[in-house]
Amino acid sequence: MALESLQQDGFLTTKLDEIINWSRKNSLWPMPMGISCCAIEMMATASPRFDISRFGSEVMRFTPRQCDVMIVAGTVTYKMARVVRKIYDQMPEPKWVISMGACASSGGMFRSYSVVQGIDQFMPVDVYVAGCPPRPENLLHALIALQKKVENDRTIGALIHGEKIFIPDTPSAEHTVQTA
Amino acid sequence: MSQSFNQEVVERLKAQFPKSIESINEFRNDVTVQIQKTDIVRVCEFLKTDPDLAFEMVIDLCGVDKYRPEGRFEVIYNLYSLKNKAYFRLKVLVDENECVVDSVTSVWSGANWHERETYDMYGISFAGHPDLRRMYMPEEFEYYPLRKDFPLMGIPDSIPLPRKK
Repeated sequence: MALESLQQDGFLTTKLDEIINWSRKNSLWPMPMGISCCAIEMMATASPRFDISRFGSEVMRFTPRQCDVMIVAGTVTYKMARVVRKIYDQMPEPKWVISMGACASSGGMFRSYSVVQGIDQFMPVDVYVAGCPPRPENLLHALIALQKKVENDRTIGALIHGEKIFIPDTPSAEHTVQTA
Repeated sequence: MSQSFNQEVVERLKAQFPKSIESINEFRNDVTVQIQKTDIVRVCEFLKTDPDLAFEMVIDLCGVDKYRPEGRFEVIYNLYSLKNKAYFRLKVLVDENECVVDSVTSVWSGANWHERETYDMYGISFAGHPDLRRMYMPEEFEYYPLRKDFPLMGIPDSIPLPRKK
């Protein structure tokens, strides 16, 4: 970035997308959806040794309303799927999802009637992380990959140039399964 | 657990319920007594309240699917006597077309969740249970997963997922 011009002239020119994406990607607040053992590695990722705050993601919020990225860390059963989806629906746009570990990504070793064989069956996923459970470095790698994805988002530019962009619907009652 | 105490329990049961006992099996000091389904609560009540036996704890209660025409299911009661430091096992056979056993929650309230789990997994009902809901599976699920004729990967679309959008 042209910091020299900021020093000399007191302003800089850039694209709106660039500055928005730059600020977004450096403070991705995670929603820790820790369901099983992957959650232990996720906690380790937040610890001083691995230090997820180096990437601006140390603010783990336990309310979806203040989060940007959901980290689904663990085995998602059919019964849990509706809960995960309900929490995901409460996150404000724009939002992203990291599917952490073999269970969340594919059902993992639980090839059985009760476990969803991959959370992408009921919610969108941006980054999949391999491992059982993945090492904290691997989760950090996923976060960096997600930052690259956020960096390349060009919603504003597309709007200005009249391109078709994907604007997600606001979640309505029909999205969620009615429970008895 | 000593062999002599096993013998004592069996003798007491034989004396008290001569018509209820269907079979007695002993394997490596573990005694299993199969009794008539209709007498389960009376037998359990006796085993618990008798001061010499005092089987005050139900360690586990589970089902087994033998997948045979007669007496397809078994319900197993694993009991423990704190006083005698001894285990004891009861067994009843349950037919598929009359899949009900009397609940032993009136004897041991700890059997409550065990019976719910058995109901959830095998579809064996427990008459007189205070709150016989499913334990693990969603309430609207129509199958019993641990039955031998249930496919491992489940029945497609039997549990609804939220719609992806």
